Amino acid sequence: MTPSTGAATTAPAFELPGVDGATHTLEELAEAPALVLVQSCNHCPYVQAWEGRLKAIQRDYADRGVQLVAINSNDATSHPEDSFEEMRARARSQDFNFRYLLDEEQSVARALGSERTPEVFVYDAGRRLVYHGAIDDSRDESRVETHYLRDALDAVLAGREPAIRETQPVGCTVKWKAA
Amino acid sequence: MRVELLFWDGCPSYPEARSLLDEVLTTRRIEADVELVEVRTQQEAEELRFPGSPTIRVDGRDVDETGAGSRPALNCRIYRLPDGRVSPVPSREQLEAALP
Repeated sequence: MTPSTGAATTAPAFELPGVDGATHTLEELAEAPALVLVQSCNHCPYVQAWEGRLKAIQRDYADRGVQLVAINSNDATSHPEDSFEEMRARARSQDFNFRYLLDEEQSVARALGSERTPEVFVYDAGRRLVYHGAIDDSRDESRVETHYLRDALDAVLAGREPAIRETQPVGCTVKWKAA
Repeated sequence: MRVELLFWDGCPSYPEARSLLDEVLTTRRIEADVELVEVRTQQEAEELRFPGSPTIRVDGRDVDETGAGSRPALNCRIYRLPDGRVSPVPSREQLEAALP
């Protein structure tokens, strides 16, 4: 059974510019046994509170081929802190060890069914959604009891379904462009 | 004493800020009606000089003056805890320091 909300049940195709100057696609990640797409941004305090944990997860699972990709879809006109230049600066200052991509058209956010930042979508090797929601159960790292994302990755890598398939992401809203 | 809590409903942090504020007021035995002000539009954010949600003012003075002058916007406000961590709500210490 897949998670039940409007989250994309298969990984959406994308072709997006990254802060590293390259264009990145879903296809280039085909070898990853698990893919984590993170709806993210610069300006949100919830994203910033979890950033260090995202880096730790990418570091801890890299040798098992897991790829974490952060995607910023926010409207940079209303939120200039989320512009591509600011993304580059943030990735440099925080020494990101994962791809950080700009979804200027907001098409990936719409395809994912994203609502919050941060909000994670975990896809298995067949790019089927196996977990959607929060990274863990507390913004305060010292109070975390359940590591949803790590638990989901451990399950996928072991060929099992995660025990928890869906949680409520806690964070800022995605900043959609005015219609 | 006038205590205002300005918030934007798109950010989930204001109930936590309200609880923390109530807790600090109770601990300090300060009787004050907290005025809740919902900011709904960018125009209101600019008129109220609202740098993000939540914003708490005591007698008109922001409990975190370093962030008070940020660009008015409908977003979640960033606070720094005493240990340097980022938080979407002010620290207890900031609230205590702002109260008489």
